[in-house]
Amino acid sequence: MTLLQEKWRAYRTPGYYTKYDYAWRLVVDLDSCTGCGACVVACQAENNLPIVGERAFQEKRDMKWLRIERYWEGEYPDIKMRFLPMMCQHCDQAPCETVCPVAATYHNQDGLNVQVYNRCVGTRSCAAYCPYEVRYFNWFSASWEAPLEQQLNPEVSIREKGVMEKCTFCVQRIRQAKDEAKDEGRRVQEDDFTTACAQSCPSKALHFGDANDPQSAVSQLAKNPRAYHVLSELNTEPSVTYLARGKAMESAS
Amino acid sequence: MNRVGNQTPDETPPKLADVNRDVIRTLTETTPLYWWTFGIAVMVAVLCFTLPWAYQLVTGIGVAGMNRPVIWGSYISCFIFWIGLSHSGTLLSAVLHITGSQWRKAIYRSAEAMTLFSLVVAVIFVLVHVGRPWFVYWTIPYPNQRELWPNFRSPLLFDVTAITTYMTASATFLFVGSIPDFAAARDGTIGWRHSMYRVLSLGWRGTQKEWKHLGWAYTFFAVLVIPLAVSVHSIVSWDLALSIVPGFHQTIFAPYFVVGAIYSGTAGIVTVMYFLRKYYHLERYILPSHFDKLGRLLLVLSLLWTYINIVELTTGWFSHHSFELEFIDYRLTGAWAPIYWSMIAFCAVLPLSLISSRVRTNLNVMLVLSIFINAGMLFERFIIITTSLPRKYLPNTWADYAPTWVEYSIMLGSLAIFVTLFLIFVKIVPSMSIYEVKEELLHNAKHQQENKP
Repeated sequence: MTLLQEKWRAYRTPGYYTKYDYAWRLVVDLDSCTGCGACVVACQAENNLPIVGERAFQEKRDMKWLRIERYWEGEYPDIKMRFLPMMCQHCDQAPCETVCPVAATYHNQDGLNVQVYNRCVGTRSCAAYCPYEVRYFNWFSASWEAPLEQQLNPEVSIREKGVMEKCTFCVQRIRQAKDEAKDEGRRVQEDDFTTACAQSCPSKALHFGDANDPQSAVSQLAKNPRAYHVLSELNTEPSVTYLARGKAMESAS
Repeated sequence: MNRVGNQTPDETPPKLADVNRDVIRTLTETTPLYWWTFGIAVMVAVLCFTLPWAYQLVTGIGVAGMNRPVIWGSYISCFIFWIGLSHSGTLLSAVLHITGSQWRKAIYRSAEAMTLFSLVVAVIFVLVHVGRPWFVYWTIPYPNQRELWPNFRSPLLFDVTAITTYMTASATFLFVGSIPDFAAARDGTIGWRHSMYRVLSLGWRGTQKEWKHLGWAYTFFAVLVIPLAVSVHSIVSWDLALSIVPGFHQTIFAPYFVVGAIYSGTAGIVTVMYFLRKYYHLERYILPSHFDKLGRLLLVLSLLWTYINIVELTTGWFSHHSFELEFIDYRLTGAWAPIYWSMIAFCAVLPLSLISSRVRTNLNVMLVLSIFINAGMLFERFIIITTSLPRKYLPNTWADYAPTWVEYSIMLGSLAIFVTLFLIFVKIVPSMSIYEVKEELLHNAKHQQENKP
C-alpha cells in the first residue's frame, strides 16, 4: 500500500515529495523597479528569442519571456503608472502541466516548470490554461539575418515552428552552476550565478536564488510583509514573489 | 433510368419486393447530378482544404489568426462542432433501437454514416489545429520504443482515448447493422460490385442462427454506444472546463456539450434526410411523420439548450467575480456579440416555431430550420472559444481574435470533405436498411389485419 502511494505521489508530482535539490525562486521588488526594460533585453539575448517584427507585435505574437506590464491608475492628468514584470511563475500547482497530453511541460526536481521543446506537439493547451499568459508559441520558424545569428547563445536551443516556449529561469545557467558545484562537492552558493534578468537589472529589483537555503536573499525577502503572489486566489502557488510598492514610494511618485 | 422519379411522389407503403429494388437502385444508378455534386465537392475539398493546409504546414500555424491570449481559435471550434454533429447519428439510432421505435429504420443508416464522417472531419481538425501534426501520434497511449507515455492527467489525452473508442464503436455498429444489406446488395448486383459485397457481407446466408447472432450483436453495440456517445462530448467539454479560464471553467459544461451535440446532430439528420428523400426518391420510406417526430425532439432539445445557456451566464454573474463579469460583458457586448446574438436567434428563438405541427410537417421549413440550428451551433462553439480566451486574467494581455482566409477556407473545405465522404458512402453502402424496413412493413401489415373487424 505504501509503495503504491509512494509511486502515485512520485507520478503526480515528480521529485516533489522525495526531496527538492533546490527550490529556485525569483523575487521582484516593485519599489525598485523603474520599468527600464533591461531585463527584457537581457532575456531576449540570453535565450535566443526571435525578433518578430512590428506586424507580429501588433498581432499580439510578440516573443518576450519576460515582459513589463504597464497599468494606469486614475484619469489624465492625475495619473499613475505601475509596472508588473511578468515572466513564467513556475507554479508549484501549474495548470499547464496537467493539461499537456504529451507531458512536454512538467515539474522537475528543482521545482522548476520545465518545457521540453522536442516533446511539444503544439496543442497550445498549456497557453490556454495559463492564467499569466507567459507561454509563447512559435507561430513561424524564427530566422536571424546575418550577422545576427552570430550573437545567438550556444547554450540555448533554437525552437522550431509549432512549439511552445517560455521563461526557464535560465535553466542553462542553473545546470552549469549545479555541475560546477557538484564537481567541487558542494551545494550551489548564493553568488555562483543568477539569471540574465536579475543580472542586468540596474536597480537590483530582481533577486534570484534558492529558497531551500534559509540565508539566501529570496528566503529573507519572502518574509517581507510586502510580499504577495499575482493572482494568488487561483491557488497556483507561484515561485515568483512580488514585493508591493510601499506607502513612501506611493507618495513620492 | 429514373423509374420512380418520373412518377409523382407517392407515399403509399411499398411492397416487399420493391424495397430491395429501390435501395439497390440507389447504389447502381448514378445521375449526372450526383457526378456534378461529387466533382464539385472533391474540387472544393482540394482547393479550399488541402492547399491552404499545405501552405499552413510549410509556413507555420501563424497563417491562422490566433494570437497570444486567443491561442485557440476556429480550428478547435470546428473540432467541437464536428464532434457534436457526430452525436445524434449513432446515439439516436442506438436509443431508438433499444426503445423499439419503428420509425428509425428508414433513416438510421445514413445517420450512423453521418456520425462516422463527422468524426473523421473532427480528427482532421485536430491535425489542422496542432503545431506539429507529424508528431500527433505521441498523444496515443501505447507502449513504444521511446519508452514515453502520454500524460494521463491531461483532458486532451482523455479526448484522444474517447474519440478513438467512439469511432471504433460507431464504425462497428454501422458495419454490423449493414451485413444483411450487403448480402442483399451482393445478390442484386453483378460485376465488381458483386465481388465487393461478397467480401463485405462476410458470407451472410440469412439462416436463423445468423439472424439471432446479428440481433444479439446489434443490441450489444447499441447498449455500448450510448454511454460512449455521452462520455465523448462530456470529455470534449473537459478540454475547456478543466482549465481556470473564466467562461471555460464551468461545471455545467459536460451536460451543456452533450445536449448541444445531440441538438446539432439531430438537426444534421433532418438536413441529410431531406436530401436523401428528395434526390433518392425515397418519399415512400422517409415520411413527413418522421420529420414531425424529429421536430418534436428538436423542440425539446432547444428548450434544454436555452435553459443551460441561461444557467451558464447566471452562475458567472452571481459569482460577482470581476473576471467572470468582464468575460460576460465581452460575450454579450464585445467584438463577437453579433455572432452571439445570432446564435441565440438561431438556436433558442427560431426553433420555438416547432411547437406548431404545420412547421414540423413542412419539409422545406424543416430543412431551413435545421440548417439555421447547425449554423447557430457552429457559432456557439466559436463563441465559447473566442469570447473566453480574449478576456483572461491579466488585462494587459487582452486582445481580440479574427480568423484569416486560411481558416475560413479550411472550414469550407472540411464541409466539402464531409460531403465527399457521404457521397461515396451512399454509392457503396445501402443508405437505407433494407431488412429493417421490410420488418416494419410486415409489422404494419399485420397490425392492419388485426385491426380489421
